[in-house]
Amino acid sequence: MDSRRRILDALRAASPPAPRAPDLSGVGVRWDDPVKKLSEMVLAVAGRLVRVPDAAALPAAVAALASEVGAAQVASAVEGVPGTVDLSRAKDAHALEGLGLAVLPGAFAVAENGAVWVRGETFRPRGAFVIAEHLALVVPASEVVHDLHEAYRRIVLDGAGFGTFIAGPSKTADIEQALVIGAHGARSCTLFLVG
Amino acid sequence: MRAALFVPCYVDQLWPRAALAAVRVLESHGVEVVFPEDQTCCGQPMSNAGLAAAAEPLARRFLEVFGGFEAVVCPSGSCTSMVRNHYDAFLAGAPGFEKLKARTFELCEFLVDVLGVRGARGRFPHKVALHQSCHGLRELGLGVPSERLLPRTNKVDALLRTLGGIDLVPLARPDECCGFGGTFAVAEEAVSVLMGKDRIEDHTRAGAEIVTATDVSCLMHLEGVARRERRPLRFMHVAEVLAEALA
Amino acid sequence: MTGARATGGHPAAAAEFVANEPRARWHDQALWFVRDKRDRAASLVPDWERLRDAAAAIRAHSRGRLADLLEEFEAKAVACGAKVHWAADAAEHNAIVHRLLSERGVRRVVKSKSMLTEECGLNEYLGARGIEVVDTDLGERIVQLAGEPPSHIIFPAIHKKREEIGALFHEKLGTAEGLADPKALTEAARGHLRERFLAAEAGITGVNFAVAETGGVVVCTNEGNADMGTSLPRLHIACMGVEKIVPRLEHLAVLLRLLARSATGQPITTYTSHFQGPMEGGELHVVIVDNGRSALLADPSVRGALACIRCGACMNTCPVFRRSGGYSYGWVVPGPIGSILASARDPAAHATLPFASTLCGSCDAICPVKIDLHGELLVQRRTLAARGLVSPGKRLGMRLVAFVLAHRALYEAAGRLLRLALRRLPRSLLYGPWNVWGRRRELPAPPEESFRETWRRTRGARG
Repeated sequence: MDSRRRILDALRAASPPAPRAPDLSGVGVRWDDPVKKLSEMVLAVAGRLVRVPDAAALPAAVAALASEVGAAQVASAVEGVPGTVDLSRAKDAHALEGLGLAVLPGAFAVAENGAVWVRGETFRPRGAFVIAEHLALVVPASEVVHDLHEAYRRIVLDGAGFGTFIAGPSKTADIEQALVIGAHGARSCTLFLVG
Repeated sequence: MRAALFVPCYVDQLWPRAALAAVRVLESHGVEVVFPEDQTCCGQPMSNAGLAAAAEPLARRFLEVFGGFEAVVCPSGSCTSMVRNHYDAFLAGAPGFEKLKARTFELCEFLVDVLGVRGARGRFPHKVALHQSCHGLRELGLGVPSERLLPRTNKVDALLRTLGGIDLVPLARPDECCGFGGTFAVAEEAVSVLMGKDRIEDHTRAGAEIVTATDVSCLMHLEGVARRERRPLRFMHVAEVLAEALA
Repeated sequence: MTGARATGGHPAAAAEFVANEPRARWHDQALWFVRDKRDRAASLVPDWERLRDAAAAIRAHSRGRLADLLEEFEAKAVACGAKVHWAADAAEHNAIVHRLLSERGVRRVVKSKSMLTEECGLNEYLGARGIEVVDTDLGERIVQLAGEPPSHIIFPAIHKKREEIGALFHEKLGTAEGLADPKALTEAARGHLRERFLAAEAGITGVNFAVAETGGVVVCTNEGNADMGTSLPRLHIACMGVEKIVPRLEHLAVLLRLLARSATGQPITTYTSHFQGPMEGGELHVVIVDNGRSALLADPSVRGALACIRCGACMNTCPVFRRSGGYSYGWVVPGPIGSILASARDPAAHATLPFASTLCGSCDAICPVKIDLHGELLVQRRTLAARGLVSPGKRLGMRLVAFVLAHRALYEAAGRLLRLALRRLPRSLLYGPWNVWGRRRELPAPPEESFRETWRRTRGARG
């Protein structure tokens, strides 16, 4: 008998009766001002939130950021935001080593924790969100959800793909609990909330 | 109201003043206190050692001795919890057991929940650190522990707070365990003592003159550490504080 | 492994840890700080306690349907292009991972944090077969360079001071001597590990949660090391215990809202990546591992422990763990949850662990999935005693005491004798080497009379 069969049989034999899955209507949180909460939480995760009045103002905002962080090269997967690196030409993430700033589209932001849902099909190569020295995520201001429950109601993970919540820059507190920003991934994360 | 006093074995033999004070306090509230002399020990040390077979006869004895009373009151959170929360393993289904569980109380919860006492009477003008004995706090629900995100109510604190002149000093860690833990105190002596020292340090820094708790086991351990370190702290069971305030 | 596995179990290892009192206090403070951060984070979540109830219910529900859920997951994962493997035990897990790597000629692997791979001893296994595994979580890399195991499941190097890490990096990474600034050390690690990421031929990760509904695996990190390790090399191997399965995304939401807040006091980890099959041009292999979990499931006294989502909060809140350190437990997962899991797996090897607790219950109250931790520890004590794994001395002593306590006259006589001894014996005898209590504590001052003697004297022999 193969291990798969053995394991499944053992689990079935050992299983207690399964109580029902809980009714989740009692959990969740709604904020009076989700955008305000989002701003607080983006700060709490060491990110930065920048409000941009409209899509037309975005290229200038990104350019300002690139200049601020000293990014020699900018890669953008956001329509209307030009970059100096053509992501569609990158063979894989190795080609992006040393990239100063990656600008990626976010589907929505989560007020309760400052995270942005980034869908894998909106950019390539996969590693763009973690290998760049600095990261910018662009989210329409109308796309702010209250909490993670609302977030998952929106998320479709049907079939092959990838998606990630990104909350601020890469960080660690592994050395004496001292918080250090910029462990392996982006050293900064700017959320451009547009509109 | 008539209540049978359940005196933990180590209180009976080594810290009787806590039980004597409990009697005074109960009688001051009009309770007729009886002391069933056949009682010895609830069996907690054996149960905590994993020796269920050794604990069972003591559980049965307890039911026999205390089964008939309208209320059983005990100046100890851990011993009371033994009866209410851990006797099921030995006595489930035994006649009179469910009644016994429903009628067995730690002293402070008896005062607050059964007698409806809203605040203790008298004066106790001292700086007091209330040590939250773990079993009373977390197993009996004498208070809401700091881990929980719920309004932080506490029956023991509520009783003491109304005493005239009392200053319940705020602790850095309001409900960290003292480190007694029964045979743990000996089997893991090093950690046990460090835990005790750290509590005492917290009490001292908070400015306490007196440390009080619902469990004498905690107090014996903390006092043992404090006296070895020559700290001027005094240790009194909650019953002793309440009784002294009444005098 | 050092510490408890050597001799004397937890008590001996803990005594050694405590012997350096300032150091033990420093470790205690460091972990209390994490506990405090968790409290603050939880206090900002208005539905925290309801969330815990929901999480406990989700885990209990899942526990009763593991096989169905895993089959559903497998079908969906395969439909996404992943390959799914099943390992009955650690040896099979290691063999599967090794085969996947060696078939592809892989010699350089990067690995993000996975307690399961620690449990299986994967690094050693692969290392012995010429495959270099670099642990990429900063804390894990630190202990790897030091040749030590992790001492905490979330903060592997929490037992190390910055100066020690600085000295280690000076020796192994060539950083400046005396450099101890966390930011500078982390920067050095960033550069050092980036080289490894770029050169890696495979990335191994753990799995925080696997979702049956989608066939995807979820990996959470703050550093981004799992994402670096799975987007540079083309081969991704994700190792998961059978209990990591979650039915639907809506359940995932509940658990994710609790996980980071319980573990580090953050609202969410920086990266929460959902892998639905391999990336373009890559491969994803999910290895589902039993290794004793089905046996735990079969045992009603410990199956609750399978709800664990590996947040580490029980370790941070445990006053004993804080003052004895992870190495005192002698198993990959220490603290309250580790004590249950380890002693359930191998009672003889871990017989002291269920007793390394005062049963204070702080762990239960903090556990995001409401495992009855201290209750299961107590039951483990009974299991150990029933198997004859409690020391004969202790057993006999307890039986003797129980006998005395069962007979009133004996009990009263013993009490009088005890008080007499406390009053009369010279200090040198009373506080001799036999008196473990008395090493660092005074014995209670003996009263003249017991309570019952006073009662009889003042009230007559009624009752």
